[in-house]
Amino acid sequence: MTLRVNDLKVYYQTLRGDVHALDGVSFDLADGEIMGLAGESGCGKTTLGKSLIRLDSRMRHVGGTVELDGKDVPIGDDEAMVPLRYHEISLIPQYAMSALNPTRKIGRMVNELLRARGIRFADVSEEFNRRLELVGLDTDVLNRFPIELSGGMKQRVVMVISTLLNPSLLIADEVTSALDVSTQRSVAESLVEFRDREYVKSMVFVTHDISLVYQMADTIMVMYAGRIAEKAPASTIINSPRHPYTQMLIGALPEVGSTTVQGRLEGIPGTPPGLLNPPTGCRFKDRCPLAFSKCSEQPPLVEIEPGHWAACWKTG
Amino acid sequence: MLELSHVHKVYRVGAFGGGRLRAVRDVSLTVKPGEVVSLIGESGSGKSTIGKMVLGLFRPSSGSITFEGTDITTIRGHAARKEYYRRVQGVFQDPFSCFNPIFKADRVFEMVRTSYFPRTPAKEWHGKVLDALATVRLDPGNVLNKYPHQLSGGQLQRLLIARALLLDIKLLVADEIISMLDASTRIDVLNLLSDLKERGLGILFVTHDLSLGNYVSDKSVILRKGAIAEMGPTARVFDNPLHPYSRHLLSCVPQLHRTWAEVDAELAANPPEDVVLPTAPDEESAPLIEAEEGHFVGIDQG
Repeated sequence: MTLRVNDLKVYYQTLRGDVHALDGVSFDLADGEIMGLAGESGCGKTTLGKSLIRLDSRMRHVGGTVELDGKDVPIGDDEAMVPLRYHEISLIPQYAMSALNPTRKIGRMVNELLRARGIRFADVSEEFNRRLELVGLDTDVLNRFPIELSGGMKQRVVMVISTLLNPSLLIADEVTSALDVSTQRSVAESLVEFRDREYVKSMVFVTHDISLVYQMADTIMVMYAGRIAEKAPASTIINSPRHPYTQMLIGALPEVGSTTVQGRLEGIPGTPPGLLNPPTGCRFKDRCPLAFSKCSEQPPLVEIEPGHWAACWKTG
Repeated sequence: MLELSHVHKVYRVGAFGGGRLRAVRDVSLTVKPGEVVSLIGESGSGKSTIGKMVLGLFRPSSGSITFEGTDITTIRGHAARKEYYRRVQGVFQDPFSCFNPIFKADRVFEMVRTSYFPRTPAKEWHGKVLDALATVRLDPGNVLNKYPHQLSGGQLQRLLIARALLLDIKLLVADEIISMLDASTRIDVLNLLSDLKERGLGILFVTHDLSLGNYVSDKSVILRKGAIAEMGPTARVFDNPLHPYSRHLLSCVPQLHRTWAEVDAELAANPPEDVVLPTAPDEESAPLIEAEEGHFVGIDQG
């Protein structure tokens, strides 16, 4: 078991009170598993990704534990996290395109980055070049400035840098959202290749695009308003979702081949609840067509069949 | 209604404007009333440039854009331009940056009234606003008298469409209007476009997402490096893509019920027949060949 998150709570501090961005999230991530993390904006998916590596100054660890390879990860303690970052847990940030220092050539930037982590570039340069070639880049990029590379190339450079030290856990946050469809496919396929070659042990792939995550992930976890709605193998989530939110979300996606003539798709009425004072009970109940009296109690996340977890009274 | 004929746009690039970049190359297309035309392309394909030229924000370098019989490049002067915008309006990608955060969001309606309908009494105007909001399926109680930060992206985007509707427009240029919205509200805006189409509005729908273009449009235009790669009725373009570039694009789109491997295997099992592509006689033109009725393929740009 690579990663085990147990009842994790992370709140944002604001002047008006705490925003309950992550409110009791528990899940496991197996060795070699790529987990897609999907949901609407503001559901807490980026917060979950970030809290596994670094809490920023507004975020507060309220409760819950994170274990990686059997060892406790002190996510609330910024200092204690330093040795883990990059070596054990690594991140491809949301805007990887702007993650590169524009005033340094790529090679020099990587060199400085590695020195800051106590590694000599000469020791890893061979591996670095091999991986650049694997993602289809020329080693010549090391002598170039970020501005000379296209978006897809920058994304791949960041991908190689982030995974250079073979981390146990890689968090990829919306890495393909800003790319064109054909580049998107090659970046997604390289990430799977990295897992297959065991450069990374397991991966959390945060995205809002469920059809993309279906192409590459082993399991998909759908979040809603700071909680987990459903987690299951990718094909189960797409073909037989059980939670009403997942069902409606998948029903709202147009596909290549679906047109208004064949029948209209329906959106989900309403908006997600504010998390400053989250509602009690099930957080989806106001938008849910199946809501009944019991929904005023919070539904637990239960395993309805092996590997398939859902938090809804109707599925239990 | 709207007709583009051999439109080119060349930008000056580089530090002193010495370089030339051909953003739009020999594009000809039409939009009829009650028709949704999707302009689909990757970044740098010139799709937004075409939208902006139709809105009169840029002038084409050569070629003509005619709207209801008038060449829009000949429209000069404030009054004439204002008259043009009474019939043609645009909605853009980022609804959050279209509003001034200091004022309430419904101020956009009042601005339309002061510049276009100064003589309409307040009461009658309010009725028109309510009608427009009903068309975009917004509840007036939820959106009027609110500041932009109190509304969601989908609500703001629909407010902007309602604002365009107040002007009795004939053509709407929708430039990536749903890429900033969440999956659950996206489809509502798409359905709204198809309602508007039924009322006889022509829509130029600019998008990079093939599945969205496919969902609403009657006609699809796939652009590559400024030139048309393929153009035709949406069903034909998506069922039987003829240009190698369109086939490549379609094979890369993540689909919900089929994986990339399955799509590739299918393509390998029955490889599509190759069609003859036109060749460009020079660097500037981009001729089209009509492969089947109303279905055109363009030049191969490697």
